Formats: sequence, structure tokens, C-alpha cells
Amino acid sequence: MSLLINIDASLSCWLLYTAVSWAWGIRLTLIKMNERKTINLEQGRDFMQKGITKLKNILEGLPEPQFSSEEYMMLYTTIYNMCTQKPPHDYSQQLYDKYRESFQEYITSTVLPSLREKHDEFMLRELVKRWSNHKVMVRWLSRFFYYLDRYFITHRSLPPLNEVGLACFRDLVYTEVNGKVRDAVISLIDQEREGEQIDRALLKNVLDIFVEIGMGQMECYENDFELSMLKDTAAYYSRKASNWILEVSCPDYMLKKVQNELLSVYATQLLEKEHSGCYALLRDDKVVDLSRMYRLFSKIPQGLEPISSMFKQHVTAEGTTLVKQADDAASNKKAEKRDVAGLQEQALKEAFEIFCNKGVAGSSSAELLATFCDNILKKGGSEKLSDEAIEDTLEKVVKLLAYISDKDLFAEFYRKKLARRLLFDESANDEHERSILTKLKQQCGGQFTSKMEGMVTDLALAKENQSHFEEYLSNNSNVSPGIDLTVTVLTTGFWPSYKSFDLNLPAEMVKCVEVFREFYQTKTKHRKLTWIYSLGTCNINGKFEPKTVELIVTTYQASTLLLFNLSDRLSYQEIMSQLNLSDDDVIRLLHSLSCARYKILIKEPNTKTISPTDTFEFNSKFTDKMRRIKIPLPPVDEKKKVIEDVDKDRRYAIDASIVRIMKSRKVLGYQQLVMECVEQLGRMFRPDVKAIKKRIEDLITRDYLERDKDNPNVFRYLA
Amino acid sequence: MRRGSSKKGSANSTTSTNSSAMDLFRSASGKAATKELERIDQLFCSYSNESSGMIDPEGIEHLCSDLEVEHTDVRILMLAWKMHAEKQGYFTLEEWRKGLKALHADTIVKLKKALPELENEVRRPSNYVEFYSYAFRYCLTEEKQKSIDLESICELLELVLGSQFPQQVDLFIQYLKTQTDYKVINMDQWMGFYRFCNEISFPDFNNYDEELAWPLILDNFVDWVKSKQS
Repeated sequence: MSLLINIDASLSCWLLYTAVSWAWGIRLTLIKMNERKTINLEQGRDFMQKGITKLKNILEGLPEPQFSSEEYMMLYTTIYNMCTQKPPHDYSQQLYDKYRESFQEYITSTVLPSLREKHDEFMLRELVKRWSNHKVMVRWLSRFFYYLDRYFITHRSLPPLNEVGLACFRDLVYTEVNGKVRDAVISLIDQEREGEQIDRALLKNVLDIFVEIGMGQMECYENDFELSMLKDTAAYYSRKASNWILEVSCPDYMLKKVQNELLSVYATQLLEKEHSGCYALLRDDKVVDLSRMYRLFSKIPQGLEPISSMFKQHVTAEGTTLVKQADDAASNKKAEKRDVAGLQEQALKEAFEIFCNKGVAGSSSAELLATFCDNILKKGGSEKLSDEAIEDTLEKVVKLLAYISDKDLFAEFYRKKLARRLLFDESANDEHERSILTKLKQQCGGQFTSKMEGMVTDLALAKENQSHFEEYLSNNSNVSPGIDLTVTVLTTGFWPSYKSFDLNLPAEMVKCVEVFREFYQTKTKHRKLTWIYSLGTCNINGKFEPKTVELIVTTYQASTLLLFNLSDRLSYQEIMSQLNLSDDDVIRLLHSLSCARYKILIKEPNTKTISPTDTFEFNSKFTDKMRRIKIPLPPVDEKKKVIEDVDKDRRYAIDASIVRIMKSRKVLGYQQLVMECVEQLGRMFRPDVKAIKKRIEDLITRDYLERDKDNPNVFRYLA
Repeated sequence: MRRGSSKKGSANSTTSTNSSAMDLFRSASGKAATKELERIDQLFCSYSNESSGMIDPEGIEHLCSDLEVEHTDVRILMLAWKMHAEKQGYFTLEEWRKGLKALHADTIVKLKKALPELENEVRRPSNYVEFYSYAFRYCLTEEKQKSIDLESICELLELVLGSQFPQQVDLFIQYLKTQTDYKVINMDQWMGFYRFCNEISFPDFNNYDEELAWPLILDNFVDWVKSKQS
């Protein structure tokens, strides 16, 4: 036996997961060993018996050290060796039998006697313990005998080790005790019906055995337990009913009584059940169950109230918070009421979906939901709320998203808002940002959130990059632009697309851009940097006559103001041509600087709107009680652009889906094609049939498809 | 530009050597045929541009005035169809021979007389689909061009379907000019409209089914007409 410990020391730290290469390493050693000695059956069995006995002792809780990897390897190796010796010394069959016998012996000698001496709940506890021990034993023994599984069993198509092990328990233990177990369980359930406290975990564990013993089939559970359980339940309630009939005379009263006993008492409990209660039903669109619930509870006085309040909560807690954002409160109330009425009509799901997908005051629910998230997640949005409350709300939002068909639209709006939060440092809490992404990922899949996650990661990388940049500047003091510069480098694909104009930067900023470009090139050569000035902010000092005020402005606003360092007076046209921006942008900029709260520029004539004939002058008399002020530049309404972007993405998605379908089907009827396409894309959005038709038209032009010559309702794929 | 046209000229000369070998073969079959062919060639020469070896737009205009038809007349398009002319505004010698031989026309007088006959031939339903689709292809002048701008489509529709389905064509052209979704029309939509005119009852569109695979532009057209009617 000692010969077997002749294995390279480095192998001993390997684990079973690498069994293939592991066995290979051993085989090399064994070839050498075979030259020296053959293990006979007796020897091998004795050695294994020691291992098995040790395992049993561990299971029985007797003092015994755990298996060391060496011991474990020796067992495996012995068995391996016995299986690979030349006939007649190939003991595979004997070992296979030995494996089974080990279980049989343990069960008859230890397990069954211990079960037989216990009854009722105690027996159930023992059974649960024995079953879990048995599974441990199967796991270990099948590891020792693993080599059998790999060759002997596969070649002879015998039941694998794991199955043999579990079958032993089923045949010897389960068949003997299942009747007793069932009765014990049912009596426990009866106790609970009568209002007693029972050990539900135990019940669950026992029922798990019924399920697990079927090895993937539910037959054992269904035949040995469920059938009797149902019979007993029926019997229990008919017994109850007959008792009540004796007790009361008026059938009306009886009805109430039944309802009282069955429903009213348990109503709250029933409704609030976590996995099958009213919320869950609402959440999972269980229309049939909900309507049954409605019928049953409608007979109880005030029975519907908790349901409708729950429903209202469900709809309104999520719906109204979202709807609150909308400007037209009146129309919302109507919408809610209509939907609560929807419950009575049992057109629940549809109503709710309609409600969810109905645009409120020109904004789609997808957008409102994204805005709602933004309000929760941004600074100053919900600081009054506790972390748990925020988590809870986010959870609800994500659940609500399931009812929104334009998930892609939500994603796009969400991304826009997320970008603002991240870039303008408006995010209140990093944890929450990540938490909602995790939730979204769980609900909608990785593809849905990959860009958003990329954005969050980008920002972390950008911080790192910034510190490198600062280091670079301190090491190369000659290149410093003389202005503090922070650059956030983003990955194009992750972020919403931004317009990048060729803004004519002031000379000071051009220098900054150059310095950074220089630095970035030392890090990487193959990346193209596109500056998005529209996202930048600047802190500049305004040297006004009364006092100097620090102005926090956007890069655009700063560029505009810096023009007045060179000229005292500028016309609209001059400003526009010097900045090289569009009319829209120039109007927005000048308005923020001359018509809004802070009048840094004096406009001539002094009106509330900007016109192309205006002229502007630096307001040297400007002052404010604060030393530092932020001059806001109202963001452009991005809604139209977002919708356009989503529309474009949808076109690609539909194209891709049609091509995918046609590539596999080659020839397909039109209706079928539309159906499959809707099905494929349904997870992200509900494509309009017209949109699909339009894409088909386009794909025909691009020679991906053609109409069948004989049947105009059939398309063919052109490879 | 210049290089392009000279290339075409040389390509053309190779085809003409090929066909002169064929002429030799034919000469054995009959003198009359040879004579006819000679006259066809002569006629070709009287319209063709010497440098390009083809009848070019100018030559076609000349031809039209001799035939006393407008160059935008549908019969010229039919003639082009008969010749299997590939390039809009041009006839090659080979195409010319193919067409005129089939029409048994070796003089301008005979050709003129053959035109009504040709029109009857084209108007036969079995030929008309082919002619209709040829008309579209004939207007694809650029390489890899797949669709035709609306203005040309409207003219072409008027030309090839205007007499057969005047009301439908009229409405459709009106629609095309008011809508903003489409700037070009592809072959499938073009053929779809022909099928539409032939199959769909007008003006009630009773048997039009949007659920079928009609090109979207026709769905939109029907919606547009219906909203106009109501």
C-alpha cells in the first residue's frame, strides 16, 4: 500500500475539478508501479473499506479527522489501479458492486433502524437528516469511485454512480417509510389548519425529499404525497362544512360563515403572501387567479377593499409617483380610476398595460419612468429618503418597467439622464447607481445594461486618467497651460451621441486642448479624441467694477464671454461668426448671459428675446451678493433627438431580425415573417407592423429579399 | 467622359465583328435576307453617331421626327423593348438589327407602318407585364441604381399605364406628389402597383387587404385615398 504514496508532491494540492489531467498525471506514475506490483481484490477491498468506514464515522458524527487530499487521492488511485490492471485482475465490475453494497450495508445496519424507532415529527426530522447525510455519502463515494463513471459505466451503459447511490436510498428507505412520512406530514398540515404553529422548514425539507427522490420526475411527489394530500384537504373541509351545517340553520349565514372561516380570517395573510399573494399576482399578470380572487372576495363584506387598496397601491404607488412628474394631473386621476375600474371588469392586464403605455401630456411612460429614476438618483432629488426607501422605490421602478413595451426608449432616456448625472457630478450615490443597474440587468438582460455599465466604468477610468494627467503636468512644468484642466475621456459607443461642433475656442483653451492631446498621445497612439465642448464647464473670474465674482459657466458661455476681452461691443452676427456656432446655440447662450437672472452682458435694445440685429456689451457694473455664482444654460430639449435615435436603432434592430429569420428560413410567408419578427423583438419594444413592412421594402431594394414570383405574399432570402 | 465613350465604342466594334461573321453564315441562307440586313444597317448608319457607333439621343430625336412621333411617345419605349435596348437613349447596331428584323422593317416607311402592329403586340397581357417591368429597368441609368426618383416615376406611370388605368394612375401620382415618406420607388413597389391596378377593385378598394404583403406604399396610398373620399 505504501507504494501508492509515490506521487509527485505537487499533485497533492490539485482538486477534483481537474480530474482529467489529474488522472493523467497519476497514470504516468502508475505505469511505473504496474511494473512492480498488481493489487489483488482482497487487498483493494480492505483498503477501500477503511475509507468507507471513515466516511460513515464522519456521517455518524463520531470523532474522526476529515479526509486529507492524500487519503482521498489514494482511494481514487487504488480504484483507478484496480480498474486498469490487465484481466483477470480488472476488478471494475466487482468495484461497481462494492459501491452499491456499501450503501446497502450502511442503510440496513444504521439508517433504517434509526428511522424505525422514531415517530411522527421526530421521524421526519431523522429522515431529513438521514437524507442529507446520504447525499453527502453519495457525493464522497462517487468521487472515490469516479474512475468507474468515466470508463466502465460509460462503456457498459450502466446507471451512473450518483444515480445508483440515490436509488439505494429510494429502494430501501423511501419505499419503506413513505406512507408513514405522508401521514405525519398531513397530520402536521392539519395541525396548522387548526391554528397551531408548526415547523414549516421541516415540512418543506420533507417535501423536497419527495421531489428529489424522483430524480427529475415528479411522480413520487404526485402519487405518494399530493394525491393523499388533496384527498385529505377535501375531506377536511367537507368535515368542517358539515360541522357548520349542524351549527347554523340559515344557509345565508352558513355561506358567510364559510367565507369567514376560509377567507376573511386569512384574508390579509393570503393577500400578503410573498410569492403568490395579490402583489405577486398583479406583478405576474395572473389574470385568471385575480379574477377568481375577485369573485371569492366580493362575497365577503368589505372583502374587496384590501384587494382594491392593494391594487390601487400597486398602480398608484408606482404609477402616480411617475405621473406626478407630468404636468396634467387631472387627466392622470382619470387614468387611474379607469384602471381601478379595470379590476372589476377583469380586464386587468390590458388595462394596466394601456395605462403604462399611455403617454401622459405628450410624454411617454418610458420617458417619465426614466425621469423619475433621475429624480431619485440625482443630488438633491431624494436626500430625505432613507437608503432602504430608495432601494425599494428603485425595485418598484424596475418591476414597473416590465409593463412598458418601449424598453429601448426607456434605456435611451435613462442613458441620457445617467450621462448628465455622471458628467456633471450630479449623481447622489454611486451605490444606488450600481444597484439599479444590477436590477435592470436581472430584469432585462446584460445587453440592456451593458452600455450603462460601460458609462459608469468609463467615469472610474477617467478619474484615474485625470490623476495621471496631473502627475504628467507636475513632471513637465514647462507644458502646463496655466489653467486647471480636467478631462473626462469617454468611450464613444457607451454614451449617447452628442453633437460636436467646431466651436472656435478661445486661445487659452486651445492651449489646454493641445497640452492634453500631447499627454494622451504618450499613453496611446491609436485613439481618436473628439472634444465635446458642449459638455464642458468653466470657472472664470469676472473682474467687475464693484468686485470680482467667480462665474461657473459652460464652455460655450465662457467662450462667448472671453470674446469681450478683445472687444467692448459685439453684434450678434460677430459673435456668431467668431464662435462658429449655429443660430439656435448662439441665441440660447446670449439669452442666458443677457436676459436671464444674471446680466453679465448688456443687450441693446434691452428686450427679453434675442434677435440677430442685437448688439452686446460687457456689463462692468454687474455684481451679486455671492462671491461665486453659477449661470445656468438651459439644456436643449433632447426628447426629439432621443426619440429619433431610438427610431434609428429600431430600424437596425428590425432589419437584423428580418435578415436573421430569413437567413434561417430562406422562404417565408409575409404574416409569418411579421409574427416572428415581433416575437424576436418583443423583449425590447413592440415593433409596429408598418415599420416592419417598411423595412421589408427597404431590404428588397437592398437585395436582401425578393418577392416570390408566383406568390406575392411570400418572400425569399437572397444570399 | 471622353474615355468612357471611346471605351463603349470599342466594345461595340467587337460585337459588330462578331455579327459580321454571322452575316457570312446568313448570306448562304438567302440573298433576300442579306439584302434586308444591308438595308437595316444602312438605316442604322443614317442615325448613328460615327464616333460612338451607336444611335445616341440626338439620333433618336432624328429618328422620331422621321417617324413623326414624339420622342416621349410610348411607342418609342415599345420599340426599345422590342430591341432589348439596354441603355436609355442609345441603340446599338446589334439591338437595332434585332428589333428591326423582328418587325420586318428595313426602311423608315416600313418601320413607321410596323409601329401600330408593335403596339398591339405589347398590349397583349402576357407581354405587357414584361414591357412594364422593362420600362422600369430601362430608366435605371446608373450602375447599381435600384430605385427611380418620384418625378421620373410619375412620368413613366403616365406613359405606360396612363391609358389603361387613367384614374388609378392619376390618383397615385397625386399621392406620390403629396406624401413625404418616399423619395424613390423600387422595382417591387413598381410591380406592386401594376398588380394593384389589375387586381384591386376601383374606386372602392373592396378587396384590398392590408394584412397581405402589399408594399407599404400601397397601404399608405389606400389610406390616403380613403381619407380623401370620406
